[in-house]
Amino acid sequence: MLESFNFRVIWEYMPLFGHGILATAWISMISIIGAMLIGVMACMARLSHFKIFVVPAVVYIEAIRSTPLLAQLYFFYFGLPSMGIRMNEYQTGIMALCLNSGAYIAEILRAGVQSIPSGHIEAGSASGLNYLQRLRYIIMPQAIGITIPPLLGQAIVLVKDSALLSLISVVELTRAGQLMNSERFMPAEGFFTTALCYLILYHILKSLSTMWQKKLIYRPAV
Amino acid sequence: MLGYYFNNLLGTLPFFMKGLWMTIMVSGISLVAGSILGFVVGITRSSRIPVLRYVLAAYIDFMRGTPFLVQIFIVFFIFPEWGIQMDAFTAAVLSLSVYAGAYVSEIVSGGMDSIPPGQIEAAASSGLSWFQRLRYVIMPQAMRPILPPLVGQYVLLIKDSSVISVIGLTDVTRVGWLTVQRIPEGLMVFGLVGILYFLICYPLIRLSNWFENRLTIQEFKI
Repeated sequence: MLESFNFRVIWEYMPLFGHGILATAWISMISIIGAMLIGVMACMARLSHFKIFVVPAVVYIEAIRSTPLLAQLYFFYFGLPSMGIRMNEYQTGIMALCLNSGAYIAEILRAGVQSIPSGHIEAGSASGLNYLQRLRYIIMPQAIGITIPPLLGQAIVLVKDSALLSLISVVELTRAGQLMNSERFMPAEGFFTTALCYLILYHILKSLSTMWQKKLIYRPAV
Repeated sequence: MLGYYFNNLLGTLPFFMKGLWMTIMVSGISLVAGSILGFVVGITRSSRIPVLRYVLAAYIDFMRGTPFLVQIFIVFFIFPEWGIQMDAFTAAVLSLSVYAGAYVSEIVSGGMDSIPPGQIEAAASSGLSWFQRLRYVIMPQAMRPILPPLVGQYVLLIKDSSVISVIGLTDVTRVGWLTVQRIPEGLMVFGLVGILYFLICYPLIRLSNWFENRLTIQEFKI
């Protein structure tokens, strides 16, 4: 198995894989920021008291959560040009990733906010804090501690999901493996190198997650 | 023009139903196989057998750390190189079950770890064998934290099954991809694909929520 591995060719393709790691990293980075923004907005709409905000938020969240990312990706990739919107595949991919993760992040944030006992919020308003102050001093500090680990978990999922972008010909890690496979007919070398690169990214994010967890969860509750 | 395409799309509906059947079949078989594998691995992990524990941890780490797309490429392209020939359907079911098994095992061992050790010790001291402890003491209690995320995992499995379209299996996503070559209305075609996935996944999401509500209400409260 391993003795037939051709490390020289892997070495030759290192620049491509380096480019792939960087592409995966920046695509994921931009997408996670965009997804956070979308998620916060969707969560606020979902929890608001006005039906005109709640209904679209519910439709968006449930539609995204019950369809696969690949179908969403193709939906935008094939659908937007027929509406006359022209985007390159990077923009389409990042948009799909943002919208996809945004829905999950909205649910994570909602769970975080709703896990705060209503007594805290009532106590806040009884002691004269206004809505923003309650959000800033009571809800947010508690909700963030609870939501950071699942948010980092979502970031890991997003990095892995970005592999699907290779199917709309975005050059990232998986595409690098595919290119090596199709140019040199070396599937083992190509895809195991890809898998190893993903494992490295995964372990970086996972150790970040455990670090945060130790820092935030074990802080004594006042 | 749109009406013309819409009529064309209605004509391809039987084709979509075939794709839906493929999706249901692949994810159904993998769901059963993945659950069995997951329960076996999860129970083995919780019983803390020294060497096996690290092997299983490595398996779970690999499955969780690499995208499913890369795993299916490994199974489909590299296994034949090692002399293991299989058709696309077997490759899809195999990789999907092994992938789902890792996540199910995490859920199972998490659920089993939530049982206070005192109970297991009490069961052991009242003379129950290992299997009896598992059957009468651990599992009935562990099913409560296991069930809601397990159903959630099944939804993820069905959604991840869309990725098998890349190795040429005609599931719903691939039918959409093929149809969009003839009917260049991406929004309409992949809207239909999305609706079909929604019809399967949304009831399961509701089931998961229902389990969660039902099972947490019964929780012991002081």
